[in-house]
Amino acid sequence: MKTSIFQLTLILLGGLVLLFIIAPLLGMFFKTSPSDLFQTSQDPEVIRSVWLTLWTSMAATLFFAIGAIPLAYLLARKKFRMKQLVLGIINLPIVIPHSAAGIAILGFVSRNTPVGKAASLAGFDFVSTPAGIALAMAFVSLPFLINAAMDGFAAVPVRLENAGLNLGASPSRVFFSISLPLAGRSILTGLVLMFARGMSEFGAVVIVAYHPMITPVLIFERFGAFGLSYARPVAVLFILVSLAVFILLRLLTKDKIHAKN
Amino acid sequence: MLRIDRLSVEMGEFSLQDISLNVDKGDYFVVLGVSGAGKSLLLETIAGIVRPSGGCIFLNEEDITHKKIQSRGVGLVYQDHALFPHLSVAGNIAYSLKGRYPERKASGQITLQLAERMSIQHLLHRKPGTLSGGERQRVALARTLALNPSVLLLDEPLASLDVQMKKDLRRLLRKINQDGMTILHVTHDYEEAITLGQKVAVLNEGKIIQAGSITEVFQHPRHTFTASFIGIKNFYSAQLLPPDTLAPNGLSRVKVSPEISFLMEDQGFSGEGFIILGAEDIILSHSRPDTSARNNFHGTIQEISRGIKGFEVCIDIGVPVHAVITQDALTDLQLREGNEIWVSFKASALRSIAG
Repeated sequence: MKTSIFQLTLILLGGLVLLFIIAPLLGMFFKTSPSDLFQTSQDPEVIRSVWLTLWTSMAATLFFAIGAIPLAYLLARKKFRMKQLVLGIINLPIVIPHSAAGIAILGFVSRNTPVGKAASLAGFDFVSTPAGIALAMAFVSLPFLINAAMDGFAAVPVRLENAGLNLGASPSRVFFSISLPLAGRSILTGLVLMFARGMSEFGAVVIVAYHPMITPVLIFERFGAFGLSYARPVAVLFILVSLAVFILLRLLTKDKIHAKN
Repeated sequence: MLRIDRLSVEMGEFSLQDISLNVDKGDYFVVLGVSGAGKSLLLETIAGIVRPSGGCIFLNEEDITHKKIQSRGVGLVYQDHALFPHLSVAGNIAYSLKGRYPERKASGQITLQLAERMSIQHLLHRKPGTLSGGERQRVALARTLALNPSVLLLDEPLASLDVQMKKDLRRLLRKINQDGMTILHVTHDYEEAITLGQKVAVLNEGKIIQAGSITEVFQHPRHTFTASFIGIKNFYSAQLLPPDTLAPNGLSRVKVSPEISFLMEDQGFSGEGFIILGAEDIILSHSRPDTSARNNFHGTIQEISRGIKGFEVCIDIGVPVHAVITQDALTDLQLREGNEIWVSFKASALRSIAG
């Protein structure tokens, strides 16, 4: 009897939290008519912003993965002084306000900084460009990839890597043929999380690049200029797109994992 | 072939100290020691996975002490096999062939040959996770042999296998050695050392306390640890004789020297093998005993020494026999070195180990 009351309490409390997440989303869906949603999906500005959001987040994820995955491997395998400090730095973007992150990035890449000047000389600019958007997205979403990949590499037994070396393979071959495939599941999860987090970023992006508008900025802009009823269909549409992309990526990565096993 | 010269390794609070070994080409060398003696650490140091703090390792007269793991030419088979779980059995075996045999066909042929040699050709497309312990061990052996190493290092290869698998794998290891592969095998099991090794070294708390031929080490342990670890001194290579009309029902006769044969119950082998006789199972008396014991021999006391469990009496009955007796028994029987004595033990006191 005691157990069932306890379980009921758990279910009730858990249910309240779930309701807290679902209720506003459902409310938003029910308040948006299908015709509004259809019209919004035909709006060129909305379509442009959704594509921009998707490709900049994907580009940021893939570009930064080139450095983030080796970094995760080093952190999982090597012991060095100040390692805890490095781990803390990696997780910093999670805890600082994203608007503050945006200010920091802008201060780093704006046209009067060495990085900005160098980029200008190369015919390139970060402020108010897709490159700046990708940079802001990467800044706030990188910890998700690094942490997931680090957990993945840490779970690969060092013995297997040593066995590879003992079989005459070079360290790079061991990395690509043993460590990377065995940590693959965690890395793919990290990539999906980084992409999803980047796609939903607003605070850092709005400071680095108000224009061109990614969808979260467009929602904010429509809300400020026209009110809730104009912003809501865009928000609903973006949530649907995000969900579809997220589910698709999970399915794709799941298939890869199954094929590997 | 493989020469280890005053090797020292520091690993936290544990260390290997002053290890010297000499493994000749074609040897089957067994390092015997209890868990935590440093056996695996020794193999990992030879393989280059752990850096030594002192001493040298020579392979074919080349100093490989500080050589990279991947270019040492020693093959290590881990106790837990360390197979790559994401690769098939074929992928595992062919791992070391990639690069050396760029042509897929040649690599495939070698993989198949090794799989046939290990009797795992039907498993080539399976993943390691679906294999039994014995099958995984064979895959690990095939994978390491594909490297064509100068010496094969085996870390407890028969641990956690059932009796039949152990027997099959022992036969396979012996065959690999007979085909010319030099093997350095570490184990905690003295039966493995007896049945497989030509030479043995006993490792205790990071030090080699005795090394030599199996017979030397087992019959003349120079250290109390060796004696207590192996627990037996009376072990003999033996030959099962054809059924004997004089032997009582259910008993077999085994020859341990040209003149001496024992009657025993246990027939754990056919042809040739080893037998063990517990030193506590031997009864000493001044006249031929009138008991049910089937083995009675007349001999001369060679040596009496104080042992861990009492006094150890070594009697020559044509082969050396070691008996353990109490202080009271020693006093009552008034035993002296050079005395003649009767040695008796039951047929059931003999235990066989397949060769």
